[in-house]
Amino acid sequence: MVDVCFYFQVHQPYRMKHYSIFQIGKDSNYFDDDKNREVMQKVASKCYLPANKLMLELLERYPEFRVAFSISGTALDQFKEYSPEVLDSFRKIAETGRVEFLDETYYHSLSFLYSKKEFFDQVEKHNLAVRKLFKCSPKVFRNTELIYNNDVAEYAGKMGYKAVLAEGADHILQWRSPNFVYAPKCGGKIKLLLKNYKLSDDIAFRFSDRSWAEFPLTAGKFGQWVSKINGCGVCANLFMDYETFGEHQWADTGIFDFMRALPGEIFSAGNSFKTPSEIVDAHDSVDRLDIPHLVSWADIERDVSAWIGNRMQQSAIARVFAVEDSVKSSGDKRLIEAWRKLTASDHFYYMCTKWFSDGDVHKYFNPYSTPYDSFINLMNVLNDLIIRLGSKPVLGSACAGLSEKANYIKE
Amino acid sequence: MKVLMFGWEFPPMKSGGLGTACFDLCRGLSRNGVEVVFVVPQLPRGMHSSVVKLIGADQLVKLSEVNTILTPYMTSKEYLEKYEMLDSREKDIYGRTMFAEVERYSKAAALIAERERFDVIHCHDWMTYEAGIIARKVSGRPLVVHIHATEFDRTGGSPNHEISKREYAGLSAADLVVANSHFTKSNVLKHYMVDSGKVKVVHWGIDEANPAYKLKTASPFRKDRVVLFLGRVTLQKGPDYFVRMAERVLQFVPDVKFVFAGSGDMFPRIVSEVAEKGIADKFVFTGFLSGDDVHRAFQMADIYVMPSVSEPFGLVALESLKNNTPVLISRQSGVSEVLSHVFKVDFWDVDEMSNKIVSFLRYSALEHELADNSFREAEKFNLDEPARKCIGCYREVLKW
Repeated sequence: MVDVCFYFQVHQPYRMKHYSIFQIGKDSNYFDDDKNREVMQKVASKCYLPANKLMLELLERYPEFRVAFSISGTALDQFKEYSPEVLDSFRKIAETGRVEFLDETYYHSLSFLYSKKEFFDQVEKHNLAVRKLFKCSPKVFRNTELIYNNDVAEYAGKMGYKAVLAEGADHILQWRSPNFVYAPKCGGKIKLLLKNYKLSDDIAFRFSDRSWAEFPLTAGKFGQWVSKINGCGVCANLFMDYETFGEHQWADTGIFDFMRALPGEIFSAGNSFKTPSEIVDAHDSVDRLDIPHLVSWADIERDVSAWIGNRMQQSAIARVFAVEDSVKSSGDKRLIEAWRKLTASDHFYYMCTKWFSDGDVHKYFNPYSTPYDSFINLMNVLNDLIIRLGSKPVLGSACAGLSEKANYIKE
Repeated sequence: MKVLMFGWEFPPMKSGGLGTACFDLCRGLSRNGVEVVFVVPQLPRGMHSSVVKLIGADQLVKLSEVNTILTPYMTSKEYLEKYEMLDSREKDIYGRTMFAEVERYSKAAALIAERERFDVIHCHDWMTYEAGIIARKVSGRPLVVHIHATEFDRTGGSPNHEISKREYAGLSAADLVVANSHFTKSNVLKHYMVDSGKVKVVHWGIDEANPAYKLKTASPFRKDRVVLFLGRVTLQKGPDYFVRMAERVLQFVPDVKFVFAGSGDMFPRIVSEVAEKGIADKFVFTGFLSGDDVHRAFQMADIYVMPSVSEPFGLVALESLKNNTPVLISRQSGVSEVLSHVFKVDFWDVDEMSNKIVSFLRYSALEHELADNSFREAEKFNLDEPARKCIGCYREVLKW
């Protein structure tokens, strides 16, 4: 019997408004409230609300149906602010007791790579929020964008999680299959669940691709593919963005109907569903994986180059984290909150220059017309934040002879 | 395939991007086996040999001469001023007005059309359109009309009606119109009743192997960063926006020199504006540059700014990139359709222009990332691609 393990990622960042050098020192509102509301309401009506309704329907119809969600703190906050009915529907789903909520960094940040202290704080904050909102205590951790290496597992283990999720990238699995439970290098009780990227991407990316040999994908066909795992695996880890339903794959592609029909096909073939916690409770690890280099679920490279691959990204994120101590010691709650929103991985993703000319997926999710605009915007905002700190520039010295207005950071 | 081409400038005799564009197109065509007879209004002594040498051993492009004092981008007023300076004998040779001059060019061109054998006629911009129409009548060969800029681009929307009339005559008589960008095509469709189906877009390319790119001229300004304006100092090129941007940038970054290269009717106004704003010590006026000096100016600069109000293509932006200088260009340009790794702003948005320039000068990570990616992007431009597309246009009208 194969257990299908669905985990859906739910995330929305706080997008920044256009912020030019002329606003530095004069404007401490960095975020584009209108745009954020607009995006949230659009995605809510196309994805979150209809998808949650479908999940509830499936949970009612099939007592054995299970799914897991990881919802970033910035998404939770924006639900509260702009679309409280989405939060209500997640609460209803939580009340069934048959879904699992995972932990992640509250601000969907890359803090693990830059500040362990901030990383702990953000995970802790996320844990509290989930407990409060959904009355359940997350036991499984997933790092931003499934960014993973040995250290992530070690830290998650120390923080008491019983499992951590990662991408089942070919180069880390080699001859192994993602359809088993693994143990990370650090040992201990924590286990590792790896994404079956082929089956996951069949739904998340290829579902509506007419040039795909398997198009159209039916629930029956997918159920058979899952069944084939019998004999060479125990689980099918289907990890994807929740926005797959209705946003990446529009409703008219039939994605909702596919999902509605899928549990029936899975059950009739004698397979079932489990949450990540149930999977690791039910199965021992088959091998220990040593993954020293960072992997993620992004792009073909499956590495971190989408966020910190170029010099703008590296420079910007280093500067954001360089002011962490001054921000925190300021004790100014609004300022700390603003700074934390700047740590969201999305801001650095927008600066990605890989494939930029080709206008691919990076462009689709990007509120800026170029990666350079995105860098300039973040640096301007950061400079204002530094001025608010009242401290002399932490990141470098100001140019000699500049006016106060030109209190600008020189590289 | 043989083309009779009418242009009005050819390097080294040129004052703008059009001469370079025509020259490069001819080289691309000859590389792809197309023979060109290129008719220019003026052919100063000594130029002939250097051009042949420039074109190389292919010997496919042949220059024919028509006597005229007409130069590109000349306004009626400038023409009259130049005309008044001629002695009376010369006045008899040259026409009294710019339009009479165009007519002379057209008539002479008709003679050439009778003398030469060719498959297709290709004209560049309004001054040559009548020549093309006449050549078509004489020879019965199809006419391809190239539009590099409409009169509306050149004048900021207040056209000389005599010119726009001629522009329209050429566009409507043509069997096919080549626009150098979608920007130009949309201007053509907006201002003239032309069937959109016969307007093709051919973006310009650039010489990928000009030895001048390797001059590696260092900036003489030591500590100061260099922000460059290079172009005709006319309304169309937005020089006034450059000055306003400079003033704003200096509020943030004092150690900058603004190198201002070019001449034109707005020049006196620009100089006095710079003086009035009290930033004259930050400006360097080079006057009109040509030949290798253009490349040297690009190489000295940290960034080139093209704030054009209306730029049908903007080959200079590609020249800048080929000289390893990143660019900020206005969205109101054809070249912005084919470049991704550049700063793009609306020409009127001086604040945004300043925002980008200040950031560029301040953050080396931004500077290097933009530079490396834009130079790599510039590698995709060459002379063959536009030539092949033009050959495609010839085939279309010839039904080959």
